[in-house]
Amino acid sequence: MLVLVEQSLNGLQFGLLLFLLAAGLTLVFGIMDFVNLAHGSLYMMGAYFAATFVAWTNSFILGILLALGATLLLGIALEFIALRHLYGRDHLDQVLATFGLILFFNDAVRLIWGPAGLSLPLPAWLTVPVQIVPGVFYPAYRLSIIVVALAVAALLYIVVMRTRIGMLIRAGASNREMIGALGINIKLLFTLVFGLGAALAGLAGLMQAPILTVQIGMGENILILAFVIIVIGGIGSIRGAFMAAIFVGMIDTLGRAFLPDLLRMVLSSAAASTAAPALSSMLIYLLMAIVLVVRPEGLFPAAKR
Amino acid sequence: MKKAFWLAGAAVLALAQPASAGDTIKIGFVSTFSGPTAVIGNDMRNSFELALDHLGRKMGGKPVEVIYEDDGQKPDVGKQKTEKLIQSDKVDFIAGYIWSNVLLASLKTAVDSKTFLISANAGPSQLAGELCSPYVFSTSWQNDQTPQAVGTYMNQKGVKSVFLIGPNYAAGKDMLAGVKSTFKGQVVGEEYTVWPSQLDFSAELTKAKNSKAESIFVFYPGAAGVQFLNQYAQAGIKAQIPLYTAFTIDELSLPLQKENALGVPGAQQWVNDLPNAENKKFVEDYRKKFTGLRPTFYGAQSYDAANLINSAVVAVKGDTSKKDEMKAEMEKANFKSVRGPFKYGNNHIPIQNFYLQDVVKDADGQLALKTVATIVKDDQDRFADKCPMKK
Repeated sequence: MLVLVEQSLNGLQFGLLLFLLAAGLTLVFGIMDFVNLAHGSLYMMGAYFAATFVAWTNSFILGILLALGATLLLGIALEFIALRHLYGRDHLDQVLATFGLILFFNDAVRLIWGPAGLSLPLPAWLTVPVQIVPGVFYPAYRLSIIVVALAVAALLYIVVMRTRIGMLIRAGASNREMIGALGINIKLLFTLVFGLGAALAGLAGLMQAPILTVQIGMGENILILAFVIIVIGGIGSIRGAFMAAIFVGMIDTLGRAFLPDLLRMVLSSAAASTAAPALSSMLIYLLMAIVLVVRPEGLFPAAKR
Repeated sequence: MKKAFWLAGAAVLALAQPASAGDTIKIGFVSTFSGPTAVIGNDMRNSFELALDHLGRKMGGKPVEVIYEDDGQKPDVGKQKTEKLIQSDKVDFIAGYIWSNVLLASLKTAVDSKTFLISANAGPSQLAGELCSPYVFSTSWQNDQTPQAVGTYMNQKGVKSVFLIGPNYAAGKDMLAGVKSTFKGQVVGEEYTVWPSQLDFSAELTKAKNSKAESIFVFYPGAAGVQFLNQYAQAGIKAQIPLYTAFTIDELSLPLQKENALGVPGAQQWVNDLPNAENKKFVEDYRKKFTGLRPTFYGAQSYDAANLINSAVVAVKGDTSKKDEMKAEMEKANFKSVRGPFKYGNNHIPIQNFYLQDVVKDADGQLALKTVATIVKDDQDRFADKCPMKK
C-alpha cells in the first residue's frame, strides 16, 4: 500500500512537470493557432540557463530566478524576431520553420556550451528525503516540484479566469478577429502569451535539470509527450492540459511500476521483463488513440470558435 | 563538343574508381557523433587519432585514411553507414561500434563481404557465441564479462541479495544475465527500462527500495548513468542500499556525477591508472593533445583497435589482400595493449583481467577513477563454446 502511495507521487510529479510544458504549448497552439515545435528547445534553454546561472551566482534560488527571466526574454525575442511573421501562414510552414529552430538551438548550444552537457547540482537542503506519511520517505526535490507546479497551475488558473488579461486570452482563443476589431492590441497579447509559454517551458526544463542531465536535444523526447497531452486534453484548454498531464504521468509511472508484476502472472519471468517496458511505453499512446476515437476534440475542449 | 563529353565521362569514371588497393590503408569507423552520446564517439575518435599519431599515421609503410561515420545510436542508421563504408568506400577494415544493437544490425554486411570488423566496445553475447566470425575481432569484452566480475566482487563482499536495473536492449539483457551468472546471493527483483528514451527512474528506484534488497546493481552507459546516480542520491537511497555498477561511471560521466559517484564501485578491464608503459603514454599524450579531457575505456579500446589493425597490416607488409595471414596475426594479439597483455579466445574475444575500480579524490582534489584490486584474472567469456570456430 505504501508502495502505491510512493509510486502515485512519482506519477503525480512526472505529470505535473509535463503539465508545465504542455500548458505553454496549448496556450500558444490554442490561442495563437501556432504550431511551435521549438517549444522543446525553450525547455532545453531553461535548463542550460539554470545550470549556467546557478554556477555563476553560487545560489540555487537566484540562479533559477535569473534563468526563468532569461527564458521569458528569449521567448519574447524569438516571437518578435522570427515567429510573428509566420502567424498568417499555414501549419506546415510553421512546422518547417520551428523545426529549423530546433536545429538552430541545438547547434547554438553546442557552440556555446560544448557537446558534453552540464549538470545542475542541488543544494544540500533539497537532497534529503522527507517523511510524508509514516514509513514513506520521498525525495525533497521531487516534492518541491509537485508544490511549485501546483502553485503555478493555481496561479495560471487565477490569471486566466479572474484577470482582465486572462479574459483577453480567453477571448483571443474563441475569436481572434473579433477582439482585434474591438481595439485590443492583439500583437502585444500574442507576444505576452508566447513569452509566458516560453517561461513555463523553461521552468519545466530547469526543474527537470537536477534530476536528468542538461544536454543537447533534451527537449525533443518530452515534446512528443506534451503534444500527446494537449491532444488528449483538448487543444487550447489549460484545464484539459492539467487533467491529461496528470493522467499521462500516472499511467506512465504506474504502468512501469506494476505492469511487470502483472505480466509475470501470465508470462514467464524473462518474457515479462522484456515485454513490460515496451507495453508500458505504449499505454499513453493507446490512451490517446482511444480519446481520439471517442472524443476527437479532447477530454476538456476549449470553448468553441 | 563530343570530345568534351567523352572527357567528362572519363573523369566521372576515374572518380568512381575506388582508390586501387595498395595505395592507402582505408579504415571505416562507425560510432555515435551526434545526440547526447556523441561525447563517447568523440572520445573514441580522439583515441583512434592519437593511436594513428603514435604510429606516424602509417601502417606497413602506407598512409592511413580513416572515414568516420555517425550511427546516431540507431541500428538502422549504423547498418546503412556500414554498407556505405564497405560497398562504396571499399574499406580494408571497419572499426568502432559503441552499441550492441547497432553492431548486431551491421554484422552481416561486414562478414558477408569478408571485411575485418574490430569492435572497440560492443560485445553482444551472440557475437561471442553462434554469430562469431573469422572476420570479427573485439578489443573490448563480451558484455557479460564485466558484470560477471561485479557479481564475483559482490560475493567477496558477502552481499546476500540484489535488485537489478538495466535498459531494455541487447547489452542491458547481457549485463543483467552476466551478474546473475556469478552472483551467489538472491536476486530479489529485475527491472528493464525503455532505452534510450526513459530518463526518469523514480518508479524503479521506489521498487528497489521497497524490495528490501541489500544492494542494487545497474548498467547505464552515457548520460543515463548520470541521471540514474542523481536520482539514486536524491531519493536518499545511497545511505541505505549500496550500489554496484557496470559501465555507469567513466571519465565522461564523472564530471557530471560528481560527489554522487564517490565510493560507488564498478568493474573494468581498463582503468586510466593501470601501471604499464603503453597506458601511461596513452593517457599522458591524450590529456596533452585534448586539453581538459580524460580518456575513457571506450577510448582505450579504440586505441587498441588501431594498434591491432596495425599489427595485421605490418605482418603482411601492407598487402591487405592477404586476409588469412592478417587473421592469423591478429589472433596472436601481437601488440602492446594499454590494458596490458591479453590473449584471444577461439571466438576472437579477449581473455583478460577485470579490475575493481572506485571513485576517489586525487591529489588535486579532483574526482578520479582508481584501480583498487584485480577481481578476476584471465577471464574468458561464457559463450566461447557456442562459437563454431575452434582453435
